[in-house]
Amino acid sequence: MLSLSPKKLPSADLAPAQLEQGVSPWRDAWHRLKRNKLAVFGGVTLIVLVLACGVGPFFSPYGYEQTNLDNTFAKPNLSHWMGTDQLGRDLFTRLLYGGRISITVGLVATFVALTIGVSYGAVAGFFGGKLDAFMMRVVDILYALPFTIFVIMLMVFFGRNIYLLFVAIGAVEWLTMARIVRGQIMSLKKMEYVEAARSLGFGTQRIIFRHMIPNILGPVIVYTTLTIPGVMMLEAFLSFLGLGVQAPMSSWGVLIKDGAEKMEEYPWLLIFPGTVFSLTLFSLNFLGDGLRDALDVRSAKD
Amino acid sequence: MFRFIARRLLQTIPVLLVLITASFLMLRLVPGGPFDSEKATTPEIKHNLEAYYGFDQPLHKQFFNYLGNIVLHGDLGRSTKYSNRTVNEIIADKFPVSLELGAWSLLIALTIGLSAGILAAVYKNTWADYVTSGIVMTGICVPTFVLGPLLVLAFAIHFGWLSASGWYVWQDRVLPALTLGIVYAAYIARLTRGGMLEVLGQDYIRTARAKGASETRVVLRHALRGGLLPVVAFLGPAIAGIITGSFVIETIFQIPGLGREFVNSAFNRDRTLILGTVMLYAVLIIALNLVVDVVQVWLNPKLKFD
Amino acid sequence: MNTRTFGILFVCAALAGLPSGCAKKETAPAATLAKILRFGNGAEPQDIDPHAVTGVSEGKIINALFEGLVAEDPSGIGIAPGVAERWTISDDGLVYTFHLRADAQWSNGLPLTASDFVHSYQRMLTPSLASEYAYKLYPLTGAEAYNKGASTDFSQVGVKALGDHTLKLTLKNRTPYLLQDLKHYAWFPVPVDVIGKFGGLARKGSAWTRPGNFVGNGPFILKEWLPNQRLVVTRSPTYWDHATVKLDEIDFMPVEDGDTEERMFRSGQLDKTESLPLEKIAVYKRNYPMMYREDPFYGVYFYRINVTKPPFNDVRVRRALAMCIDREAIVSDILHGGQKPAWNFTPPTPEFESSARIPYDVAEAQHLLAEAGYPEGKNFPHVELLYNTSASHRIIAEAIQQMWKTSLGIDITLLNQEWKVYLDSQNTGNYQLARAGWIGDYPDPNTFLDLWTTGGGNNQTGWSNATYDDLLRSAASATNDTERATDYQQMEQIVADELPVIPIYFYTHVYALNPKVKGWVPQLIDNRAWKWIDLAE
Repeated sequence: MLSLSPKKLPSADLAPAQLEQGVSPWRDAWHRLKRNKLAVFGGVTLIVLVLACGVGPFFSPYGYEQTNLDNTFAKPNLSHWMGTDQLGRDLFTRLLYGGRISITVGLVATFVALTIGVSYGAVAGFFGGKLDAFMMRVVDILYALPFTIFVIMLMVFFGRNIYLLFVAIGAVEWLTMARIVRGQIMSLKKMEYVEAARSLGFGTQRIIFRHMIPNILGPVIVYTTLTIPGVMMLEAFLSFLGLGVQAPMSSWGVLIKDGAEKMEEYPWLLIFPGTVFSLTLFSLNFLGDGLRDALDVRSAKD
Repeated sequence: MFRFIARRLLQTIPVLLVLITASFLMLRLVPGGPFDSEKATTPEIKHNLEAYYGFDQPLHKQFFNYLGNIVLHGDLGRSTKYSNRTVNEIIADKFPVSLELGAWSLLIALTIGLSAGILAAVYKNTWADYVTSGIVMTGICVPTFVLGPLLVLAFAIHFGWLSASGWYVWQDRVLPALTLGIVYAAYIARLTRGGMLEVLGQDYIRTARAKGASETRVVLRHALRGGLLPVVAFLGPAIAGIITGSFVIETIFQIPGLGREFVNSAFNRDRTLILGTVMLYAVLIIALNLVVDVVQVWLNPKLKFD
Repeated sequence: MNTRTFGILFVCAALAGLPSGCAKKETAPAATLAKILRFGNGAEPQDIDPHAVTGVSEGKIINALFEGLVAEDPSGIGIAPGVAERWTISDDGLVYTFHLRADAQWSNGLPLTASDFVHSYQRMLTPSLASEYAYKLYPLTGAEAYNKGASTDFSQVGVKALGDHTLKLTLKNRTPYLLQDLKHYAWFPVPVDVIGKFGGLARKGSAWTRPGNFVGNGPFILKEWLPNQRLVVTRSPTYWDHATVKLDEIDFMPVEDGDTEERMFRSGQLDKTESLPLEKIAVYKRNYPMMYREDPFYGVYFYRINVTKPPFNDVRVRRALAMCIDREAIVSDILHGGQKPAWNFTPPTPEFESSARIPYDVAEAQHLLAEAGYPEGKNFPHVELLYNTSASHRIIAEAIQQMWKTSLGIDITLLNQEWKVYLDSQNTGNYQLARAGWIGDYPDPNTFLDLWTTGGGNNQTGWSNATYDDLLRSAASATNDTERATDYQQMEQIVADELPVIPIYFYTHVYALNPKVKGWVPQLIDNRAWKWIDLAE
């Protein structure tokens, strides 16, 4: 569990025992989050979307792969709520199935990137010096590696499977996160309370993960919510290389790409996937902003 | 500070060496070679082709030849796809185009992104925040491959004010710069807002306010400094990405920039061109991350160069 | 509300608040005085040295800059004189004697002579130049041996200059399509003296192909080349038939993306597109029929089968799969571009139409599959259908996958790979079913049927049939066209029975053309002679 850090309670006594016995900060945060209408809206929408994609397909009379060449490019109607695509497949069903892929990839790959990025950046920023220089040069190298070639090579060695997708995406998406976290940690390191915690003899791990990371959650949450759309679109590029979702299964990224090509003639093929995609991103950002506010005791008092 | 910079520049050498070696090996491990094509030629012609480019020599020899040419002559080799162009020439031709497009986009991204971000942070949780953030979020939700064609349909085909494609006159520059700039503007705005909010509640801001500094001064002089840290960290790699061109934008608007070479060289297995572009990108990444580190120290005087 | 209105509304919605109703931009700015054709040319040319390239987009440019012994005639089917004003063919069809026109010259003013051809072919066949299309010259006696290094004596190769204006080609076999094939750039002369000055003959990619250095013998000369932007050619004053040339300039625009190209065409930046995106076809047919073109094209889209691995080592399985593809539905409901269903392998031409026909018979297919041990698709092993990444290949594969599933009860996995990986998988036999296409080099069935010879470089199916190989040899040495046609018919029948490949449809060439472009006739094989093309109201 996260403990209160001095930044959150500027006037608090620094005695560690006292700090950790305080009122559960999580409960406070939860209450504040519940009061934030936008965040609640975002959270509820996300739950609905996840449920719809998870359970919805079972209720659909159509399969995602089921073609009907006599009913191609049907406009939205009562039997096909979102219309059909160029093979006469039901877009709504395909969108729900695609959501499974995109939401999973979006969340898992972002989580991978988040975990690696935050710990890596925190360690580099905190210790500084030679270690930092080494770690950051590794980041520089990873930035510049030819990504397309890297992905193709991964597939040659490990075959094509969904875990590889996470590795490939995680491998690129954590880099900027690491640099952002490093910058924040470096500036926090000079703050009085960190010096104080040090002088109290707290372990390094504890200082980084219990006292510093909670204080950089703002930018981390913001960048995380920015990573998710990037990840979902990257998935579409990777399926272009043959990694990831295989036709006739689809994902939101692939549906949007396909829809974009046909937006003038068959706009519903872009509008529906685009709307669901946007709704997801808006919700995630509302939730992210709410979470940030809720965890920030100080600004909640303003 | 100069020792710091000098040390970082020295670190560039091992970084580039590791990068070239790793990329070089990767290029030999991926299936498909530069001369594979749909119509098979005879094995003899294929062999002659490999010999023509020296690909029949032992790997280590090829590698040291390649390195030697770079170090001794600054020669990045010849493209296997575009047989009458050298890699140096291709980069010299196309990098300036991407650089110019990148500069315009960056200008748009920074202007819109920073103002929107600051506005949203200062008026947090008010209508001003919601409207700005909503517009910004829309910028994130609409991918470039949708925004670009939409802009062309409207301004080039429907109104006829600007060009649908090309890279000759100013009318060609507007739409691609806007398309590329808006995406980055959205990122910058979100990060600025997040960073500013983190700072605006801090003690030293309260102190400044208590001392009676005007709100504008508080925001622009004190809060912005700390609040920009995440944006600055993001900008290092982002600028390297912007000025080396975007495949999607260059394809949509038919721009002769470097972004297409990055992607196409990989698809063509044009090894020398891949390595050349990778190295250019690496140098930019290293340089810009160095600039970022210097700026971060400048933004936060408590930090020192170490 | 029709789709189009919906689309416009959508765009308008995206631009709400902008002043609307402004006049549409006039098409074709400033192209009225000089006749400038702006031509969507697909990929950026690798080079414009005829000996260094293999692509189609390069071929278009080279046809403007060079001219071979013969050229395309204005009708698009016949053979017009080129550098040769007339020619004779020996009775056995093995010796061709070309009489070159005396006024043929290079763009630097030097005369173009028979020895230029000899030296060009020597360069093309030089092993160390490693020209990928060198094999196009293999019909000449001794050419293959010279190119493969088995012989170093070029005088053994069947090309001789008999004086300045007479060229003699001697062939291994009677090759009735030779004159057609001579329109291909592999047979064009190159300015060997000029190339020699820029770093030697056996070097590709020297500076001789740059504007200023470039020398050619075609109706146009190179004016400007901005990579990935445009390549401009302008009329040549030294071309022997320059009075016939109508265009002042051609701008070859390398636009790889079909959607971009279509938008450029609509905004008036292009006069002809390389292709038309699938979803635009219906719109153009309906709204701009004047600009929509749909020409037959000498090519076939098919699925290659790896016959060395089960279950496809069993011809019954191959037949079953081939027999239940509804090709009519694919061309009419998915492709819309006038493509023809392929019930046999070689595309039809006025001279040759295959009598073989793969039946469309689902019941028989089910029966065959049951006979092979998979009744109603039970126990059918895991099978992957490989295609290179592209929206249209994917759509066709998805449709066929469903056809097989509903009619045979087998579930096939789709597998897409990036282009070079896909080529590698086929080369190494690391596939089961793979999408492929073949475009003929010359209008003769041989260009299709020689693919499936035992061990042929483009075979890649592992299929081998001794009778088939014999028939190909017999056709090559046949002394008359009837005999050849009989051989080809038999080969077609063997392919339709044994099915190392499943033909799906015959290509068409679908594109948008500005109605101002005149003389743009359909061509089965696109070796266009630019001098016939005009721009007029």
